[in-house]
Order: sequence, then C-alpha cells, then structure tokens
Amino acid sequence: MTLEYVVRRFALLVVVLLLAVTVNFIIPRLTPGDPIEQKLSQLVATSGGQVGDITAMVQAYRARFGLDQPLLRQYVNYWVALMHLDLGFSLDNFPERVADAIAAALPWTVGLLGLSTLIAFGIGSILGGLLAWPGTPRGARVAIPVFMLLSAVPYFLLGIVLVFLLAIKLKLFPAGGGYPFGVILRFDLASITGIIHHAALPALSIILAGIGAWALAMRGMIISVLGEDYITLAEAKGLPERRIFVWYGLRNALLPQVTTLALTLGHVVSGAILVEVIFSYPGIGFKLYQAILAKDYFMIQGIVLLLIVSIALTMFLLDLVYPLIDPRIVYRRR
Amino acid sequence: MALASLGRNPALAVGLALLGLIIVVAIAGPVLLNQGHARVGAFPPGLRPSGGHLFGTDTQGRDIFAVVTLATPETLKVGLIAGSVGLSIGTLLGLVSGYFGGAIDTVIRTAADVMTTIPGIAVLVLVATFIQKMTVELMALIIASLAWIYPTRAIRAQTLSLRERAYVQIAKLNGVGGLELVVREILPNLLPYLAASFVAAVSNALIATIGLEALGLGPQNSFTLGMMIYWGQFYGAILRGMWWWWGPPIALILIIFVSLLLTSAGLDQVVNTRIRRAA
Repeated sequence: MTLEYVVRRFALLVVVLLLAVTVNFIIPRLTPGDPIEQKLSQLVATSGGQVGDITAMVQAYRARFGLDQPLLRQYVNYWVALMHLDLGFSLDNFPERVADAIAAALPWTVGLLGLSTLIAFGIGSILGGLLAWPGTPRGARVAIPVFMLLSAVPYFLLGIVLVFLLAIKLKLFPAGGGYPFGVILRFDLASITGIIHHAALPALSIILAGIGAWALAMRGMIISVLGEDYITLAEAKGLPERRIFVWYGLRNALLPQVTTLALTLGHVVSGAILVEVIFSYPGIGFKLYQAILAKDYFMIQGIVLLLIVSIALTMFLLDLVYPLIDPRIVYRRR
Repeated sequence: MALASLGRNPALAVGLALLGLIIVVAIAGPVLLNQGHARVGAFPPGLRPSGGHLFGTDTQGRDIFAVVTLATPETLKVGLIAGSVGLSIGTLLGLVSGYFGGAIDTVIRTAADVMTTIPGIAVLVLVATFIQKMTVELMALIIASLAWIYPTRAIRAQTLSLRERAYVQIAKLNGVGGLELVVREILPNLLPYLAASFVAAVSNALIATIGLEALGLGPQNSFTLGMMIYWGQFYGAILRGMWWWWGPPIALILIIFVSLLLTSAGLDQVVNTRIRRAA
C-alpha cells in the first residue's frame, strides 16, 4: 500500500512536469507574430536605427534559438536543453544566460520566503491553538479576525502600506532593495545586518499576511484533537491546563498542520512574488516583473518553469516525508 | 425562514449587505459621474485630496475619485465572470465525476490533482505575457480557465456523499435515473455548497487578477483597481508619498474582501453544522 502510494504520487509528479514543460513550449508558439522580431524592431526604434540589418539579426537569433527547425525537432531540442539546465539567453540583456540570472536571484527569494514562512507558521499555529482552547483570555481572541482579514487580501497590498508608514514616513527601514546601495557583499557583520535590515519589511508583510491562514487551520486541528480520549484522560488525571494544552493539544495538532504547508505553497509563493515587486527585492519575483516590463520572453518562460517545477518537486518531497513522520496521515489519505 | 436564519447569522447578513452596497455603488457610480474627470490632463497633476478632488489627482492630472469609481465595476466584472464560468464548469465536472465515477472520474480527478500542484499565477503569467492586446473580458476568461479546479474538487466530494443518501437511493429504486436524478435530487441539496464555492471562486479570481495587473500584465487601456496600483508603482507613487493614489484602490479591495470573507464565513456556518456547534 505504501509502495502504491509512492508510485501514484510519482506518476502525478511526472505528469505535472511533462505538462509544465509542454505548456511552456507551446504557448509562446501559439501566438501570432514573432516575439523575437518584435523585440528587435523595438530595439531598432529605441536606438535610433543604429542596430544595422534587422533581418540578418532576426536570422541570427532564430538560428541561435533553433526557431527555424520543424516543431517536433524544436520540442526535442527544448527538452535536451532543459536537461542541461539551458534556459536560453536573456532577450533584454543578450549575452546573459537566463539560468545564470535565475541562479543569482534564487537565494534571495528562498531566504526571504523560507524564514518568513517559518515565523508565520510558528506564530499562527500557537495563535490558532489558543483560539480553540477554552482557557484562552477573551483579549487574545480579538487579534484573530484582523489576521484573518490580512491573509484574505493579496499580500503585497499590505507591503505597500508598510513601505509608506515605516520606510517613507518614519524612515525606520529602507524602502527597497536587498542590501545597502554600493556595498559589496562579503561575509561580515556589516553585510549581514544590511541584508537583515532590508529584508525586515518584506518579511513582515509575508508574516503578517500568513499568520491568519495558519491560525485558522490550527484552530480546526485543535478542535478535533480536543475531542480525543487522551485529552479527557489527561484532564481526569488532573494535569495542569497549560501542560495539557502544550504537550497533549498543540503537539499532536502540529504535525497534520504541516500538511497544510504543501497545500498553500503555491499561494505563498505567488504572494511573495508580488511582495518582491513592491520592495524591489532582488529575488525571482522582481526579476519576473522586470522581464515582463522589458518583454524578455525567455526570462519569463524560465522563471515560470522554475516556479512550477520547484513547487511540484517540493510538494512531492513533502508528501513522501509526511507519512514517515506522522503515520496517521497515510490512513487519512485513502 | 431564510430571513430568520439571516438574523441568526450576522456574518452572512453583514457580508451580503456590504456586497449589495458595493454592487449598487459600482453600477450607479459611473452613470452619475462626469467621466471626463478620469481623462489625462483633466486637472493639474499631483494635487493632494481636497474638497474639489476628494482623493486628489495623479501625475497625469486624472481625478483619482473618478478613476476609482470607473475601476471598481471593471474589477468586480473580472471576479464575477471568472467566478461564474469557473463555478459552472466546476459544478458540471464535479457532478459528473462524483455521480458517475469510473474512468471519467479518474480522468477528471487526475486533471484536478495535476492542476492543484501547478501554481496558478505561473500559468497565468505565461498566458498573459503572450496576449497582444489584453482586455478586461479576456482577463476574466484567462483566469476562469483555472477557476474550475477548486469547485470541481468541492462539488465532487459532496456528490460522492449525497449519492449514498437514502432519498437518492429511493429515487433510484423508483426508476429515476441518470441526468434527471442528478438534476432533481442531488443538485438542489448542493445549493449551499455552490454558494460557498462561488464566493471562494470570486475571491480567488480577484486575487489572481489583481496580482497579474500589479505585475503589469493587465488591460493597459482600462481602469481597474489592480491597474491603478500598477501605474502608481510604475510612476513611483509609493516612494513619492502620494498615498491618495494607491490608498483608495487598496481600501476598496479591502472592503470587497471583507464582504466576501464575511459572506463565506456565514455560508460556512450554514453548510457546516460542526462549526456551528463549536462556535
């Protein structure tokens, strides 16, 4: 049964990857007009006609990107290139390779998103647990609807308000960027505090927006845990309230809560993309925004593919790991 | 009976009232307004809010109040079109999948599973990038193409459980079969779930459209709340401290989401008796 689950889950992953790559290949080729030709004539228009023979350049680009070959051949080539992690060249910044640009931006996104999601998860879970606990003071319950509203609206709106209040008005934090202007990043204290200082506001908007969703999910978990016999037994034994809450309630509700992480991953990532745009944070999301502004099609394709593949892989790994750390999950799934 | 249950369900009552108010304002606003005020150069640029210009003007001299009034119905339109198309397709797929089962169920379920794994924004960005001329309606349809996934799963799960109920079995024994059974016995009992799925679909569609617009993939020649934020960001309204430019669209988006959130919390109470007992 476990083997069957792994095989099924792996098959789903393969289908997702096949679909993602194929869609990424087909959609640009479905549209009328030639994006490369457009991009180049735009270049001619803005550079005052100094680019030279445009048709020769289009030919060169097409040969370079293999667009003059039959479709099936192009599709095979696309796969072969992907296997070599070759996502093509940036149209906007020609000699730069898309894969290199993504590799440079990725650590920023992973760092920001990973840390702030963990913090939001921690605070939200505790808050959600308290919400369902009968012994919680009324005052603590007031905060919940506010956080729930914050997690219902798109993240980045909160980011705009935070930039305005804390960066523009109060000048407590920088309004954008990932590190102090003109600083060469080294592994020293100045660089690290600079990075943290710049990451604080984007992280705060992801955390504030995330807490509500985690709290809501945790509330559901705790309510079902509180109905279990072992809680009744612990109460009958006369254990202190706090001990029952933390060690019998929270601890048992926390593991299934991790499942929610996989389900919301897509939502979290798309929210983070827009937060980066607001803060000009040098990660994947801001790169995508710049690529859209510059109509840098290969960059957009590369980033879209990266998002789909990395989320699919993460969900696959999480799904495989859960049954190991929490045996109850296997039975619940099927 | 419906009114009495609204009285016992303040979240639903307030949510629906707020939604109704927004829709009335969205319909009446553009009619009552002098639309010329939203044109480039109608007024001096960059005015702060005052009696004459309630929300000031942007850097192109548009009256922000006029722009916001014109943008709200367009944004709601995307949410409603995408939500209804998504819900219709989702209901159809969910009913077929849940009631008939078998091979068709496997296909629909796998499709929904695969699509849930793919982050919607990635696909939407890719599609929207290669659209030459984006319009509000096209935007709604593109978002609708992914809006069926959640309703399909929700309706399928409910149909699976309704299919086994005694009254459905009795109707079946009485010779009611296939489509008629689905339409007469199962569909009416799904209504609260359909309402809840619709609210969820609309609010997801709004999140998607506002996100795409903020990334610069929205309808460039239309006023929508998301495009207002995009242009504000594009012209540096945030760094220049022009809060009256991005503030009103954010406030409106917030009000729309509050009303949707209250409505969906209220519907949850109707649908889910376990929550009612816990509350």
